[in-house]
Amino acid sequence: MQNPPDAASALSRRDCAPCSEPAKQPLLRIEEVSKSFSGAAAVEQLSLDVFEGEFFALLGPSGCGKTTLLRMLAGLEAPDSGRILLDGNDLTAVPPYRRPLNMMFQSYALFPHLKVEDNIAFGLKQDRLPAAEIAMRVAQMLALVRLEGYGKRKPHQLSGGQRQRVALARSLAKRPRILLLDEPLAALDKKLRGETQFELMSLQEQLGLTFIIVTHDQQEAMTVADRMGVMNHGRLIQVATPAEIYEQPNSRWVADFIGEVNLIEGRVLTMRADAITIASTAAAQLCATQAGSANPGDSVWVALRPEKVRISREQPEQPAENCAAGQVCGIGYLGDISIYKVRLDSGFVMKAALANMTRALERPIRSDDRVWLHWTADAAVVLTQ
Amino acid sequence: MRTAPGADIGAVVKHRKTDRWGARLVVLVPYLWLGLFFLLPFLIVLKISLSRPAIAQPPYTPVLDITAGWQALKVFIGGLTVDNYSFIASDRLYLASYLKSLEVAALSTVLLLVIGFPLAYGMARAPRRWQPILFMVVVVPFWTSFLIRIYAWINVLQRDGLLNQALLALRIVDEPPGWLATDTAVYIGMVYSYLPFMVLPLYATLEQMDATLLEAAADLGCPRWKAFWLVTLPLSLPGIAAGAQLCFIPIVGEFVIPDLLGGSQSSMIGQTLWTEFFLNKDWPVASAVAVVLLCLLLVPILFYQRMQLRDLAGGL
Amino acid sequence: MRRSDLFGASWLNIGSVALGLAFLYLPMVVLVIYSFNASRLVTVWAGWSTHWYVELLNDGAMLESAWVTLRVALLSATVATVLGTLAAVALVRLGRFRGRLLFSGMVYAPLVMPEVITGLSLLLLFVAVSLDRGFWTIVIAHATLTMCFVAVVVQSRLLNFDRSLEEAAMDLGCPPVRTFFSVTLPLIMPALASGWVLAFTLSLDDLVIASFTTGPGATTVPIRIYSEIRLGVKPEINAICTVMLAIVAVAVVAVSLLRKLQRSEGLPEGAPTRAYPAPL
Repeated sequence: MQNPPDAASALSRRDCAPCSEPAKQPLLRIEEVSKSFSGAAAVEQLSLDVFEGEFFALLGPSGCGKTTLLRMLAGLEAPDSGRILLDGNDLTAVPPYRRPLNMMFQSYALFPHLKVEDNIAFGLKQDRLPAAEIAMRVAQMLALVRLEGYGKRKPHQLSGGQRQRVALARSLAKRPRILLLDEPLAALDKKLRGETQFELMSLQEQLGLTFIIVTHDQQEAMTVADRMGVMNHGRLIQVATPAEIYEQPNSRWVADFIGEVNLIEGRVLTMRADAITIASTAAAQLCATQAGSANPGDSVWVALRPEKVRISREQPEQPAENCAAGQVCGIGYLGDISIYKVRLDSGFVMKAALANMTRALERPIRSDDRVWLHWTADAAVVLTQ
Repeated sequence: MRTAPGADIGAVVKHRKTDRWGARLVVLVPYLWLGLFFLLPFLIVLKISLSRPAIAQPPYTPVLDITAGWQALKVFIGGLTVDNYSFIASDRLYLASYLKSLEVAALSTVLLLVIGFPLAYGMARAPRRWQPILFMVVVVPFWTSFLIRIYAWINVLQRDGLLNQALLALRIVDEPPGWLATDTAVYIGMVYSYLPFMVLPLYATLEQMDATLLEAAADLGCPRWKAFWLVTLPLSLPGIAAGAQLCFIPIVGEFVIPDLLGGSQSSMIGQTLWTEFFLNKDWPVASAVAVVLLCLLLVPILFYQRMQLRDLAGGL
Repeated sequence: MRRSDLFGASWLNIGSVALGLAFLYLPMVVLVIYSFNASRLVTVWAGWSTHWYVELLNDGAMLESAWVTLRVALLSATVATVLGTLAAVALVRLGRFRGRLLFSGMVYAPLVMPEVITGLSLLLLFVAVSLDRGFWTIVIAHATLTMCFVAVVVQSRLLNFDRSLEEAAMDLGCPPVRTFFSVTLPLIMPALASGWVLAFTLSLDDLVIASFTTGPGATTVPIRIYSEIRLGVKPEINAICTVMLAIVAVAVVAVSLLRKLQRSEGLPEGAPTRAYPAPL
């Protein structure tokens, strides 16, 4: 998980996420949309706002309804109830060929009987643009995706990555208000995927368009998105920036779905302005600064990311809060980090992640070692659901 | 193009209307054609089977005149009769024809299965490269003239034909036996003509079968013949059913093969129908024969259509 | 079947394939060879000769029939392809509509219906509406029968068709009807072509239905061959049969070349279906 060179520019964009401007009107508003197939609900009473210029990601496990939602935006499925508004106009009854949205399909869906340039020009021809303008736009698109010279080829003569770029060029040719991407990088290998993610981000920023991407890959969503929505069973669980979702999940499910997490069950003892103490069988007393919506006496869960847990073989001098002792029962070596599974004295198993700072082949902490885990009060999030 | 969707509502509505009419037309044209040239004729056959022969043009009575009013209709209905059906039921000839047809069709289907299954199985097992060629090689006779293929067999089967020449040369017989005008010739002709109809559905089913199932059976201790019996055969039942229906039903009403290759001892129902119609010029009886034949085949035909629809739904 | 070393072709398999193919082709090979027999008698081989083909060319009645047969086949195949394609689209794409059960029944029944029944019923129809029997009645009869075969071929291809291509076209602004003509139709064209060829050969070959629905001046080649056969085997018949075999062979080769071309273009194709042994 090295930080790629372009991370700096990516971070600067996220600082000014559009949703932070309260007065701004959303470009796309999804109102209480529901859809079921043969009695099984795919999307349930879903509402969402997407703002202009955003790169929005819909993330969720298979079958959570994210693709169904995307297809309803494209017009390929009709919602059973609810409305879809673009710029204030009701799109719900508008057929897909009249919507100013375009979709990039997971299978690319390139027309095999047409050349690359005809594929890209397809949408423009439907608008009956003059031939000169079509030719110019096609050349622009080919340059944009760096496929100049490939215009006369047919899809079966291209590699997977090239086909993907043609699909992208085709869906951008009509300059849609919103570009919908259905798991566009699923078919690519890891390295190509990483490169393409950044290409997509820079393209989006360069063209000033709004992208909505559907993916089941957490890393992809967190990399490309300005804001993301996590879905499960047809409902949106949390909508926020990737950082907020990772560091401030609103529920156990989100905390567990994104990345690794330790979930410690406990009961609220006391609540002060800046700190809340929780008693737990797993790790004696815990102290957290993030109170959430908990009340004294409530049963809560404390979510703690492994990288925030410090592990050492010496007992720390600090008081017994946010500290636990145990024995290492498993080590996962991932190259850049090592994940230590520690069975605490209480029986609870916690995970701590440590970056492998040195190139030593033998790590200082080994299996069956007795270790101490400790973390700061602001490292944990208190969850009530 | 950035059209505000709201402004286009009129165009949207118009598009929806044209789409609906387009869809209606797609169904209506073939529907009307088939209704007129397939369904209606059956109703006419039914009606004529209830009529009497007449020396007139057309050679039956009563004739329906829809412009003649209610009274004429009553006369028309009064003129209908089930005489033809009772005639068929009473005459041994027809019963024998029906039974013969069913018997020939059943035995032919069994023979086709026995000969066609190994052929289809061998094709499915062949190396990938060869399969398209094998497929085409089996299909080409299917595309060539049915009549020509039967005629080709006449060439071979006639008294001084190739088969007898070979048998004489190999000293298997002393006298050239007569092959034509026998039931044997009819069966040879049936199997020959309908083999592609049995092999191709079987091949399609076997080709789609997953060979790893057989590997799993072997892994679990099944010898090859047992794996065939327990795995391959049950899985190929849909193909067998399809092939059997595609052969049995048309063979019952087959005319050309028994006429050219068969003897005069007993005719199949197709020949009887032809004789009634063209030689005896008794249209009402011929129609009655056709109606009874259709009733006999109704159940298998409905099975076939159910299977087709299920295939269709499976693919949707 | 995906091949595995454990279950490749055995001698039994190869033997049954070889035997089956020999059974299928031997009589036709014999027929073709004997059409070049200089002697009239099948039993005596008197050397190679194209004598019978020359006789054929001089047989005016036979040539007339050949011309009629060809025109009927061309016309009915074209009508059948249009109707059959419409029927296939209706069955595969239009979901549940009123009367679908009856419609599908009418489309699939002729595939198995004995030809004597369909022939008789059509003749009775033409008589009942006082339509003069001849060229056009045969065309109508053949079109009605062969459209069902075309429908099954096209249906099989449509079922395998990648719907996301149509969705992509609609997403790019193409209304459904235009999508069908600019995306779907070009890609299923090989199936239509093969359906046309199937309808063509079926019409070329048909005896029973033609006999029922023909009229004066519209004798087809199969009808003529049939009446001659009843009188015995004759080498002229061998000659006309060989000619017809050659026509079909050319058609089959053309279709297979078309398939090869389509495969090299990377275009998707249909798979053989058990529902009907359509050649493509």
